[in-house]
Amino acid sequence: MSRKLYLDNAATTRVKKEVIDEMRQYFDILYGNPSSQLYELGRKSKEAIEKARKTLADFLNAEEKEIYFTASGTESDNWALKGVAFANLNKGKNHIITTKIEHHAILHTCEYLEKFGIETTYLDVDRYGLIDIEQLKESIRPETILISVMFANNEIGTIQPIEEIGKIAKDHGILFHVDAVQALGGIRIDVNKLHIDLMSMSAHKIGGPKGIGGMYIRKGTRIDNFIHGGGQERGRRAGTEGVQNIVGFGKAVEIAARDFDKHVERLTVLRNRLIDGIKNNIPDVVLNGHPTQRLPNNVNFSYKFVEGESILLLLDMEGISASSGSACTSGSLDPSHVLLATGLDHGTAHGSIRFTLSEELTEEDIDYTVETMKKIITRLRAMSPIKNDEDLHKN
Amino acid sequence: MYSEIVMDHFRNPRNVGHMEKPDGVGQVGNPKCGDIMKIYLKIKDDIIEDVKFETFGCGSAIASSSIATELIKGKSIHEAVELTNKAVVEALGGLPPVKVHCSVLAEQAVKSALYDYAKKANKVIKGLENYKPEDDEIHCQH
Repeated sequence: MSRKLYLDNAATTRVKKEVIDEMRQYFDILYGNPSSQLYELGRKSKEAIEKARKTLADFLNAEEKEIYFTASGTESDNWALKGVAFANLNKGKNHIITTKIEHHAILHTCEYLEKFGIETTYLDVDRYGLIDIEQLKESIRPETILISVMFANNEIGTIQPIEEIGKIAKDHGILFHVDAVQALGGIRIDVNKLHIDLMSMSAHKIGGPKGIGGMYIRKGTRIDNFIHGGGQERGRRAGTEGVQNIVGFGKAVEIAARDFDKHVERLTVLRNRLIDGIKNNIPDVVLNGHPTQRLPNNVNFSYKFVEGESILLLLDMEGISASSGSACTSGSLDPSHVLLATGLDHGTAHGSIRFTLSEELTEEDIDYTVETMKKIITRLRAMSPIKNDEDLHKN
Repeated sequence: MYSEIVMDHFRNPRNVGHMEKPDGVGQVGNPKCGDIMKIYLKIKDDIIEDVKFETFGCGSAIASSSIATELIKGKSIHEAVELTNKAVVEALGGLPPVKVHCSVLAEQAVKSALYDYAKKANKVIKGLENYKPEDDEIHCQH
């Protein structure tokens, strides 16, 4: 009964102990400013940053000088879009292609860029959340400068055909940006094989600290700076480096690389157990996202005739933390833009719950989650005036 | 984020469930907005003898329905029609600003059920003379 299960690992993850241990001395022992190269304390900090940079580069099959540290995945997304758009503005290149299911860091940035005459095409997705390659090809214009597609969706876990998209971008001489914040550590990423030019990453989704992001920029890419100031990050991203966070990011990536196969295999087992458990024990549910082409830790169902926030409150009472695509949990008018883009009706979208798993969980925890969900859904459905699909689709 | 009273009514909703042969029934909201409330009334000699609710919605929607049923149970139809969303919010010990529409929905559900009763029983309830249920169709006032 006193079980505490954290099933919201797409929101953030527990920082791994090995990561904390690695970071610790950079707070109070090796606290030098990496720009202070004339004494040892500064040089040590610089070395630590470069070590982390190499770890990331190796993991992505990139070169060290193609890796930059930022403050978050959001900053990386902003940098990629604004940096590319502004650098090419006076060249008649004013068109971006992205998708309807991107993170708000992309969508709101594209909205902002409209002010500068940048147009954006938002690609549709099918019921599984996959883009249509033909629509992508048809959307390409002579003035298209950038294609930005997320590797894997944060809500429904759907993995896009990144290599195919990358090939198309390359063939047309268009830059290709990938938001890989959710994909890092769960999918193998080789930036060369996938023809990626720019890629956003974040540490706290893979057992690293919050407040540190990463950006891959293929050498030779025309992009403006986003944060202006000192000469840090080879003059591309100003601001004193968060050394301890960079060290933590590096360590988290080192662990991700080391344990990759075992990690993905384990998560997939747990994910499938939860998907099967819910499907087999609770009627009137819809799996959101792709049945197989999905992140190894993502489970997202809609439970018809009930509302997501109520489910979350009852889950919390049973010690389970999860998240929902219901409008009620976000303070916005509409349920999740991702679920609506997959063609889900509003009523069904309001009853969606996302579980994102970690390796800390056991089979027993998964079974407890299924049992708890069954209890909660039964209880809320007994209270609901909506009893069938016909009620649900009124109005 | 919610008060103790809201959580209590969410955890242990009063008067929840379906009612057979109600004297009045009202339903407001729609699935698109994520909130639907249905109120059933059993009325004898203008007194609300029993009330039940069914709600599809968030925690505050369920709590608002629950407390609204408590506030009108045993009251006369003339008192019940006076129930305001403000009274619902106060009785709940407050609602977060984005959730105030839930209390509005509760007020409307009660009025809608009373209107249904008045129509069926051929009665006039002061305050409902000009009431039209369709006017209460709220447009996702989150």
